Amino acid sequence: MQYLLLIYRNEAELAKMDPAARQKMSAEYGTYTQSIIQSGHFKAGDGLQPTSTATTVRVRDGKTLTTDGPFAETREQLGGYYLVEAKDLDTALGLAARIPGARDGSIEVRPVMIYK
Amino acid sequence: MSPAEIEQIFRDESGRALATLIRLVGDFDLAEDVLQEAFAAALERWPASEPPANPRAWLVNVGRNKAIDRVRRQVAFRGKLGELTHELQNASVTDEAADASVLDDDMLRLVFTCCHPSFAMEVQVALTLRTVCGLSTAQVARGFLTSEEAMSQRLVRAKQKIRLAGISYEVPEREALEPRLRGVLAVIYLVFTEGYAATSGEDLMRPDLAREAIRLARLLDALMPGRREVKGLLALMLLHDARRAGRETAAGDIVLLEEQDRSLWDRTQIAEGLQLIEDALRLPGPPDPYAVQAAIAALHARAPNFEDTDWPQIAGLYEVLLRISPSPVIELNHAAAVSMVDGPARALDLIDALQARGGLDGYELLPAVRADLLRRLGRHDAAREAYVAATAATKLEPLRRLYARRMKELGAPSLRANGPREKRAR
Repeated sequence: MQYLLLIYRNEAELAKMDPAARQKMSAEYGTYTQSIIQSGHFKAGDGLQPTSTATTVRVRDGKTLTTDGPFAETREQLGGYYLVEAKDLDTALGLAARIPGARDGSIEVRPVMIYK
Repeated sequence: MSPAEIEQIFRDESGRALATLIRLVGDFDLAEDVLQEAFAAALERWPASEPPANPRAWLVNVGRNKAIDRVRRQVAFRGKLGELTHELQNASVTDEAADASVLDDDMLRLVFTCCHPSFAMEVQVALTLRTVCGLSTAQVARGFLTSEEAMSQRLVRAKQKIRLAGISYEVPEREALEPRLRGVLAVIYLVFTEGYAATSGEDLMRPDLAREAIRLARLLDALMPGRREVKGLLALMLLHDARRAGRETAAGDIVLLEEQDRSLWDRTQIAEGLQLIEDALRLPGPPDPYAVQAAIAALHARAPNFEDTDWPQIAGLYEVLLRISPSPVIELNHAAAVSMVDGPARALDLIDALQARGGLDGYELLPAVRADLLRRLGRHDAAREAYVAATAATKLEPLRRLYARRMKELGAPSLRANGPREKRAR
């Protein structure tokens, strides 16, 4: 099965991080990504620019409405994702728990829909 | 065979039969459906002739055949091939059903799947009662004081999650087993505590829930023998439940431990609990919270009366618990035990200190414990206030009646807040 691991964290706190801590975090993400590529779980993964760069689009009555910012204001924001192949939920949860961001933010694990 | 006897067999066998069918057909809903069909077939056939020697194997076999029929029909209908799972085609269930260890594994799979930490605690409890214990959806709904429709929806969503999220039908291995087993025991204990002292409603106890919890723990002890935490929990529940007949008047009023008629306690169940604690303590490992709580319950069970209970040892065991699994309940129980050793004033100091640290925020039994200590200190006005707070904090009718009785015993409020009694108590 495939699972999307959605990484949520507090952007305001992230912005306050000093350069050394930031570098350490990138290095940890690098190590983690390498490890799940090697174990064969990795399908895709990316980090995202902060929600200050986001634009939300809706189409109502044929008219396109754009708003500045994310769909909802929340305490933690989506900051990146991994798409992984895992044999079951426990394996996916195990992969999620090892993501560096799990220690200060949270990881939402969502099974990917299968079309028959 | 009478319909009542057949019902009893269904009740006893449904959990295990379902557990095996889920593995064979690979789908919770399909397994439940075909088990119902197998029950219907049994109701038709068993009264007329001798029932099968192994009813569980019969139910599993009939259920499996019904599943094969269904899948074949679907295959024919959709024109798809290869939908019959390997296990459905090849498993020779008759032989397998005779092999108790395979069936035990299935039952454990079912327990661990229902108690998967990806479900909310309430959902874990509901799934376990419905599938492992074989309670009807209506019975589970009553246990949660909710409507059958709401419960049914919750169960449907949970089973959907098992399928769509890929929750594996397996007993966790190695290092994952310990935390998952703790989760299973927490579910069982939650079922028990709700049955032992309901959190709301008219009745203090719901013995059916307590019975189911004991049944589950017995099952787990048989499936995973030699685990001290399982034995500890089973002992704890047996010892608590042994006091059931003494805990309530015929009118449904609470009888506190100090007033209970100890001749009403179930001595057979106490003996079983005591033996289990001994077994648990003999097994290697660090002190287990359930076993320590059971040891406390054992001291109560052994005591000839309330005053001659071994309070110093009970207070000591609560201190062990505070170290290995601290919680507001343990803090309060510890304070109550201290009040029997060093007096209520010392216990009140403990609680006030805890409260000042915010350690008991929003804990609903706190005012009740304070009220009792204040009453024993002779501080009647403060006690009355605490009983009013305790009454507001509970949704359980028998507890409200107990607090009303206590307030009546305290008499009318004195005119001055610091009456003579209050001074004498200091």
